[in-house]
Amino acid sequence: MKTIYILWLREIKRYLRSKSRIIGSLGQPLLFLLALGYGLGSVFAKAGEGNYFEFLAPGIIGMSIIFTAIFSGIQMIWDRQFGFLKETLVAPVNRLNIMIGRTLGGATVATMQGLLVLILVTIFGFRPYNWALVPVVILFMLLVALLFAALGAAIASLLDDMQGFQLIMNFLVMPLFFLSGALFPLDGLPAVLAGIVKFDPLSYGIDSFRILLVNNGSFGLGTDFAVLAVVTAVFLGLGSYFFSKIQI
Amino acid sequence: MDNIIEVQHLVKKFGDFTAVDDISFDVKKGEIFAFLGPNGAGKSTTIKMLTTILNPTGGDIKLNGHDAKNDADAVRRSFGIVFQDPSLDDDLTALENMDLHGVLYGVPRKIRKERIEQLLSFVELWDRRDSQVKEFSGGMKRRLEIARGLLHHPAVLFLDEPTLGLDPQTRNHMWSYLQDLNEKEGVTVFFTTHYMEEAERIAQRIAIIDHGKIVASGTAAELKSRTKTNSLEDAFLKLTGTVIRDEDASTTDKMRAHGRMWRGGRR
Repeated sequence: MKTIYILWLREIKRYLRSKSRIIGSLGQPLLFLLALGYGLGSVFAKAGEGNYFEFLAPGIIGMSIIFTAIFSGIQMIWDRQFGFLKETLVAPVNRLNIMIGRTLGGATVATMQGLLVLILVTIFGFRPYNWALVPVVILFMLLVALLFAALGAAIASLLDDMQGFQLIMNFLVMPLFFLSGALFPLDGLPAVLAGIVKFDPLSYGIDSFRILLVNNGSFGLGTDFAVLAVVTAVFLGLGSYFFSKIQI
Repeated sequence: MDNIIEVQHLVKKFGDFTAVDDISFDVKKGEIFAFLGPNGAGKSTTIKMLTTILNPTGGDIKLNGHDAKNDADAVRRSFGIVFQDPSLDDDLTALENMDLHGVLYGVPRKIRKERIEQLLSFVELWDRRDSQVKEFSGGMKRRLEIARGLLHHPAVLFLDEPTLGLDPQTRNHMWSYLQDLNEKEGVTVFFTTHYMEEAERIAQRIAIIDHGKIVASGTAAELKSRTKTNSLEDAFLKLTGTVIRDEDASTTDKMRAHGRMWRGGRR
């Protein structure tokens, strides 16, 4: 327990101390929000879909969560060779606790990042339709963050150098984001795309944000929760297994 | 128990390549032991296996009476290590790095506090305890890592090229700490280095590994007399040859170079 707590705390401290990282990582969501939100807004409205900015905001929150969470997991590749992870691997503690502490820490940080984006979009005029649901959104954000932090850790446990990093960005993180319905509505998609979207766990995360923030979703909150919970459990299991096998 | 480390028929293969080829050696309790060899000879691989982060292909390792295979946690509690690449958390303060280590090793809070103050004073970093590690120089980081490695009172301290990149003053300083510690507390010190004069001066016993096999071991004097040379450096060259080892840049080296770029060469 103590191990989990102290490794979690470490991630939080690191996050809070890197002001430039916090601000820097708001740049991308802001760009997407402004360029797409305002750029495509009128087309979206003409198509009869309503306010695109409002539609896009939950997607951008999801984007910042998935990026931050996967990065926190992937960072382990680096950390293992040149950083602090080695110190924990030679310590007489259960590997499972190390993995859980790190992943919870990474997930918490990603959730905070998602919250920051929520505040950011509020500044630009976004209003949740029911403020009382915001705490529930935060829980869903945490679940999504946990899912992708665990995925990142699982992948990082399998790779031994940064060569694979670009590959993961281009063939995993980007597709997960672009095929999630973060940027477009899920109804009326071509059949193939609609099928792919259903296999992307981020779709369910963003759907849940959309239901809770703007009352506009496709799968239903129950389905979202069930899918997210199951996939998170699977990734945590895989991550723990691969992590326990790490050798340096 | 006389031997604190007992290695028997240790083998590590990576695919077809045999990095460590059936080596056996002992390190006595309270000894300062140098493990020398050219690049790629199998030094680091051996240390990784001794410190339980790499599984051997074959053979047995006993450390402080515990078997590395079956009782890894007992082995882990028995040693401290200073890695070749720093494994401190740069964003945390010196004190936080120490404290985290204490928690991981289950050192009770009260004892932890006392020992941290003691050790940080010992390596002359107590005044800088609340500074983030990223503000430290290479020498300060090494000192902090040594202090951290000693926090749980290990029986053996492993040092993998601890003086690489340090100036003679810092090096000298560091070794006098370690010799002091070895004398007073009886901590066994196991280190690797490329500086032969350092090994000759500090180590009570030396083993030289090349191509995965131990080619010689003994005191510096024994090695010199056996090879009929005047310095350990000459003895080393006679035993391992003068051919320069062209190691392929490993992924580790590539990442290290990459890291220097990212972090602006600070170490």
